[in-house]
Amino acid sequence: MFPDSPSQTPTRIDASVPARAGAGLKAEHIAEILETSADIGFFEVHAENYMGDGGMPHRQLEAIREKYPLSLHGVGLSIGGEGPLDRDHLQRLAVLNKRYEPGLFSEHLAWSSHETTYLNDLLPVPYDQETLDRVCDHIDEVQESVGRRMLLENPSTYVAFAQSTMSELDFLKEITRRTGCGLLLDVNNVHVSCTNHERSALDYLDAFPIGAVGEIHLGGHAPDQDDAGRPLLIDAHDRGVDQAVWALYEHLIASTGAIPTLIEWDNDVPAWPVLMSEAQAADRILADNSRPSIRRVG
Amino acid sequence: MPTTVDPAFGALADMCAMATSDKVDETTFCEALFDPESSTPVGLVGPDGETAPKRFSVYRNNVVVSLCDALGDTFPAVKNLLGDEYFGALARAFVTRHPPKSPVLLHYGADFAGFVESFPPLEAYPYLADVARLEWAWLQAYHATDQVPLDPSRLSSVDAQSVGAVRFRRHPAAQVVTSRWPVWDLVRANRFDPSADIQIDLQLAQSVLLTRPELSVDMLLLRPGADIFVCALFDGAMLAESAEAAQKAFENFSLSDCLSDCLSTGAFADLDVA
Repeated sequence: MFPDSPSQTPTRIDASVPARAGAGLKAEHIAEILETSADIGFFEVHAENYMGDGGMPHRQLEAIREKYPLSLHGVGLSIGGEGPLDRDHLQRLAVLNKRYEPGLFSEHLAWSSHETTYLNDLLPVPYDQETLDRVCDHIDEVQESVGRRMLLENPSTYVAFAQSTMSELDFLKEITRRTGCGLLLDVNNVHVSCTNHERSALDYLDAFPIGAVGEIHLGGHAPDQDDAGRPLLIDAHDRGVDQAVWALYEHLIASTGAIPTLIEWDNDVPAWPVLMSEAQAADRILADNSRPSIRRVG
Repeated sequence: MPTTVDPAFGALADMCAMATSDKVDETTFCEALFDPESSTPVGLVGPDGETAPKRFSVYRNNVVVSLCDALGDTFPAVKNLLGDEYFGALARAFVTRHPPKSPVLLHYGADFAGFVESFPPLEAYPYLADVARLEWAWLQAYHATDQVPLDPSRLSSVDAQSVGAVRFRRHPAAQVVTSRWPVWDLVRANRFDPSADIQIDLQLAQSVLLTRPELSVDMLLLRPGADIFVCALFDGAMLAESAEAAQKAFENFSLSDCLSDCLSTGAFADLDVA
């Protein structure tokens, strides 16, 4: 199934990610994906899972990359952090970009490291001038170090900062204006955050700077309640895409046209056919709106 | 198995200094994350503008649970030996004292074996730390740099007079875990071969050679004295002096068997003739 030697020069298909559905790559699905030559637009991986030196993970990813375009999604750079970006980590991201030639490269509007400690969660940032300036500086540094434009993902949040002085949308718009980065629009995150903060997800989507969007994420969330008994949705990625999120997605795609769309399912990962059927559901919506999107970045 | 875990908080609580204003900075947020006794920072609010403890606890839970899960993925045999509940408490204690220093979580847990060894409630289970060491070594072998192992015929082509002076270079994945406990049996029974009928004899001392000639990690139970021999070779000693050291410790040490084990499992990347 794998090439004999890691040094063997592979023959890869083109890097560019089509305006189709893709899926988050899970190790337990790889054999079936390759054996069945799964008809899917692309795969996305978490960059940090491929930061070992060698062995099976890299061999498997190379086998996937030969047959499919790839999206490289970082989860640990802490772009929203108060401290400087981790230069070693930037270098590792640059190496992975060079090695696998992903068609899309993205990270989060969040922080995950404090001083020397890595917290392994996407923590929220206040939407104020100080944070905006810092995030823009960090994105400039990422794009310079990695040598390409990145996409920044809108967060799912459970609390708001009383100190925020602007809306999340204004914050994101200003980032794209100043840094030239694109956006990864996570529709599940929109639904989760808007529910948690009692805002209209439709209004949010309609006002989103869609021209900057290079990729869409869809995923599952877990329902809970906050202290006052209000709905509190948790971005758990542990189940299928919720009906409300599908409805938002259809609404969005009807107005934007097709955009590469990823199904995320990271916990309680199902058998491959179940994940594939979620991707096929997104593909049907994309096919119904197959005119090219307004403008794609990536 | 013991059931109490020292609830003290370590590095993180110390590191995160107190802050008091409504403006929530990283330090304030971070301190509250790792100290469940602390209140939710004022300034982190729900839609009514009020402080929202249950909302904040989602982050608390995500951080600790995801790091504990990462440890469970790296140390499944330790987890199986302790049971989910006790392992969860142990992992929580470790996570708060030794949080990761890198966003590359596949390197998280280097200090876990040492932590287990010095964790007072686990004193009665002295073999657990070596089980953790073996699982950590397995993970390092799994992610090690790719390299084609030494072709055994290279040694046959060295002339007889020079063989004793040969030095081997360790393959990037190859490691020896030496133990006075039956770690090989414990790890097989609790991770790699759970359905096999393995009788654990705590009087047995087992040392293991881990190699990864291609993609899968191989574990070989070393013969008596072989751990001394292989470790000496990995440290750069000549073949003759490595064999001598092993023979001194174990009269019945078999050089040909041990060398053949090393060559066939891919323990070496290369050799140098003096």
